[in-house]
Amino acid sequence: MLELQMRHAFGDLDLELAFRSEARTLALFGHSGAGKTSVLNAIAGLLEPRSGRIVLDGEVLLDTAAGVRVPIAQRRIGYVFQDGRLFPHLSVRHNLLYGAPARDATYRTEFDGIVDLLELGPLLERRPHNLSGGERQRVAVGRALLSHPRALLLDEPLTGLHAEARVQVLDYLRRLKQELRVFTVLVTHHADEVGALADEVVRLSAGRIVRQVPIAEFVARRAAFAAKEP
Amino acid sequence: MTALTPDEWQALGLSLRVGLIAVVAALPFALALAWLLSRKRFPGRALLESLLFLPLILPPVVTGYALLALFGVHGPLGELLGAFGIVVAFRWTGAVIAAAVMGFPLLVLSIRAAFDGVDRRLEAAAETLGAGAWRRFATITLPLSLRGIVAGCVLAFARAFGEFGATISFVSNIPGETRTLPIAIYELLNTPAGMPGVQRLALVSLLVALVASVSAAFVAGGAPWRRREDA
Repeated sequence: MLELQMRHAFGDLDLELAFRSEARTLALFGHSGAGKTSVLNAIAGLLEPRSGRIVLDGEVLLDTAAGVRVPIAQRRIGYVFQDGRLFPHLSVRHNLLYGAPARDATYRTEFDGIVDLLELGPLLERRPHNLSGGERQRVAVGRALLSHPRALLLDEPLTGLHAEARVQVLDYLRRLKQELRVFTVLVTHHADEVGALADEVVRLSAGRIVRQVPIAEFVARRAAFAAKEP
Repeated sequence: MTALTPDEWQALGLSLRVGLIAVVAALPFALALAWLLSRKRFPGRALLESLLFLPLILPPVVTGYALLALFGVHGPLGELLGAFGIVVAFRWTGAVIAAAVMGFPLLVLSIRAAFDGVDRRLEAAAETLGAGAWRRFATITLPLSLRGIVAGCVLAFARAFGEFGATISFVSNIPGETRTLPIAIYELLNTPAGMPGVQRLALVSLLVALVASVSAAFVAGGAPWRRREDA
């Protein structure tokens, strides 16, 4: 469960929003510059809002009024950045293991499970510069998952991919949703990604929440909107 | 041109030893200072940067005099070291200090440029994966700056190897102890019939400078993964 309330201003954007969600996959949907990535950065701790309170699964990650700010490294948030941000000097294997906690007996099974799920086996000894865009995003997702996150943040994970890779990564993300039970926040400006992955949608525009709706209502609204189009 | 004489070999060996030890000794301080200048904003930062450049701007003889005033037997640091039985003035260890001080700005500037070149977003990604400050530095910042650090070491070594003014003012010209290669050349220049020795040592200096310069350029050429991505 995620409770978020924040106020922040930078550049032309004045961000002021509050929401609470119990969905397993929440989509933050809106045009570029709506403030979606800022919300992810605030959850991960990469952005400290001027004021705000963020509670994830009952743990207060940030409460500016009470002076609480859990350090980024201790938040256990798996962040899949838009550009992947794989470590260029490390192999795929070592990228995947970077955030993995101490290597106990279960780590091997878990590692193999994620590698199988995302079909990363043939890529393990490669360096990021030898991967395609879709492969990089799959490694980034695997790396985030192996860090045992309480929440997975996906920032436009399909942006910049060509059509075939988009379909492929979307399919992997769907599989992840079915097989792993990790609370996920998806940021996107593509309605089809929202429809394929989310359970609930928070629509943002110019730093404000326009509406928060369950996925069925979002899909119905989109269908109605499409029907009106000539 | 004949082979090097035993005295010339001694001067060459001493210069190599002084240069290497100076770089190794200065490296941890240079890494710390470069990281501080690259990553932190703090009061007095501009002053620190200006002080860092001093050995490059001051006449080396003045730097040598300052070192003598500090590390001499009656200098504040000299007295402190003397309490532990350590004397550096007029010793080869003093030559190491002089070389380290003169090479330090080049070392810091190269390493800082390398740190500045590391994508900070990668460090942020590592942080979200649970890496603390030391781990981020050791596993992301340091390996991604390695070429710049090695290039800085080569340049600082070359500077230390050729150091003359600060060394001669601080530790003088003692054969076998502080007579480094440049000081040996100076000595031979003032010696009747010393010209062949000058030529031999000048050639050796040229070779060392060329090797250092070429290897620094080669090392700083960029990581293979960057080169391919830039292509």
